[in-house]
Amino acid sequence: MIIAEWKPLPELVEILKGHTNVLVAGCATCVAECAAGGEREVETLAPLLKMALKNEGCTINVLTRTVERQCEWEFVEELAEMTPKVDAIVSLACGIGIQAVAERFPDLAVYPGVNTTALAIRQEPGLWIARCAACGDCVLGETFGFCPVARCAKSLSNGPCGGTRKEGKCEIDENIDCVWFQIYERAKARGKVEQLLKVRKPRNWSNSGHGGPKRVVREDLRP
Amino acid sequence: MMKAGSKLEKTLRAGHFAVTVEVGPPRGPNPEDVLRKAQQLKGVADGYNVTDNQTAVVRMSSIAGARLLQEAGCEPIMQMTCRDRNRIALQSDLLGAWALGMRNCLCLSGDHQKAGASGKLKGHPGAKNVFDVDSIQLISILKEMRDAGVLESGDPISQPTPFFIGAVWTPLAPPEEFRILRLAKKIEAGADFIQTQAVFDMKRFATAVASAHDKGLTTKASILVGIIVPKSAKMLEYMNANVPGVEVPEGLIKRMAAAKDQRQEGYQITVELIQAARNIPGVKGVHLQAIESEEVLPEIIRSAGLLPRPQV
Repeated sequence: MIIAEWKPLPELVEILKGHTNVLVAGCATCVAECAAGGEREVETLAPLLKMALKNEGCTINVLTRTVERQCEWEFVEELAEMTPKVDAIVSLACGIGIQAVAERFPDLAVYPGVNTTALAIRQEPGLWIARCAACGDCVLGETFGFCPVARCAKSLSNGPCGGTRKEGKCEIDENIDCVWFQIYERAKARGKVEQLLKVRKPRNWSNSGHGGPKRVVREDLRP
Repeated sequence: MMKAGSKLEKTLRAGHFAVTVEVGPPRGPNPEDVLRKAQQLKGVADGYNVTDNQTAVVRMSSIAGARLLQEAGCEPIMQMTCRDRNRIALQSDLLGAWALGMRNCLCLSGDHQKAGASGKLKGHPGAKNVFDVDSIQLISILKEMRDAGVLESGDPISQPTPFFIGAVWTPLAPPEEFRILRLAKKIEAGADFIQTQAVFDMKRFATAVASAHDKGLTTKASILVGIIVPKSAKMLEYMNANVPGVEVPEGLIKRMAAAKDQRQEGYQITVELIQAARNIPGVKGVHLQAIESEEVLPEIIRSAGLLPRPQV
C-alpha cells in the first residue's frame, strides 16, 4: 500500500489560518490501512484542528467526509455535495488523492494533511516497512523476493556495502534490516548463492520518474 | 603490460610491499591545508589516498585535493563515491581527473548522507542521494573507459582514460562468507588493487586473505591492508562497537588501556600490525590512516622498516 504520515499539527494550523469552513477529507483505502487518513483519523484530526485553531484565536467550522478512494474520479465526486459549504479542503489521502481532489475542485484551496512517504507493508501492528520504490525495472526474481532498490539505503545492485552491522542491520539505523544480508541468507538457504555472483550492470532508471513523469498508454483500453 | 603506469602500479608490479596513506581534504578551500600534509608526508608513501567527502561531510573535492597533492610531488589515489553523482557526472569527472594527471582511482559506494550529522556537525542528512550506479558498476565503468575507450552507454570517448582501479574490501563485515564473493565480483569487474577496511585482528584477517588466495584473487588484484593508527583505548572500543566490519580483539583494547602513554602505544601497535600483515601471503601492501594526525605517519613507516620507499 501507499503509506503516509500526518503533517505536524502546527504546520496545518498555520496553513488554515484565515479559512472559515474547512473540509477534512479522508480516503478509506491505503491511508486508512496505514492509519493516517481513513475515517478514524479524519474524525480524530478534525476536532484537534478546530481546537488548535481556536487556541490561536481562529474560529473555523470543520466538516468531515471519508470516501472510498480519492484516487478515482467517481469517488472524488462524492465530495461535490460538501464543497459549496467550504473554502478549503485538507485531504488526508496520498499525493495522488490530494491532486485528484485539487483537480476536481480547482476553485478551492486544497491542502495536504499528510506527507506521502513510501510503498510499504504493515509488518506488525503499528509498524510499516517500505517494500517497493516503483523503479520500473523489477529485479525481485533475481534477489529472492527482497527489493534492494527500496530496502537498501544505497539501492545497491551487487551485494551489501561495508556497512552491515553485526546483527545483519543497516549502518544508518540499527532497526533497519540490511536487505543484502537477507538476500544472501535466502540465497544460501535455497542453495543458490551462485545467482548473486554475476556482476549486475548499471540499471535503467528511465522506466520510473527518472525518465520523466510516468505516462502509461494501453491502446486496447482507450475509448 | 602496465594498465595506467601509476607509481602505485609500478611499485606493486615490481613486487615491493606498497605503502599508501590517507589524506583527508580540508573542510574549507585553503590549498595550504593540503600542501602542509603533502610536506609532512612527501616521500613516505607510494600513493596518497584522497577521500571523497567521507562520512558525507562536505570537504574540498577529491579531484582538487588530488591535484594539489600531485603538484606537491605526492602521487594521489583519488577516491570516487557513488553517493553524489550519477553516471554522467562520474564519467565527466573521470575525464577531467585524468586530464589533470590522476592515474589511480578508488571506487566506493560512499557513506550514506545520514552519517554526516554526527558530533558537532549538522551535516546534510536531508540531502538527496544519487546511487545511480554502485561501486562495482563504477569499477566496470572505469575498466571500459580504460580498456575499450567507451562510456557506460557504449559511446566512444576520444581516447581511453587509463586508471589503475581500486576497490574496497570489508572482509569481517556480515555476512562474512559473502564478503569474499563480493571481493571476487569487484575483481571480475576490473579492480586492480584492493584497500581493506581497517584491520586490528590480523589472525581473522589472515584467514580471510587465505580464502582470497585460494580463489586466486590475490594474484589478480593487489590487496593493501587498511590500518588505522589507534589513539586511545576509547577509540578502539568505539570502533569495535560502532564501525561495521572493524573487529578489535579485546586483548588489544586492554593493552592500550594499560599503557602509560596511549598515543605512543598506538604507534607501536601500528608498527606491529604492519609487520604482521607483511607476513600474510597475498598481502601486497598497507594503507595507513592517521585521521587528522598524519604527521605521525613518517616515523611509523620508518619504524616498520618501510623507508626509504623504492624508486620505480
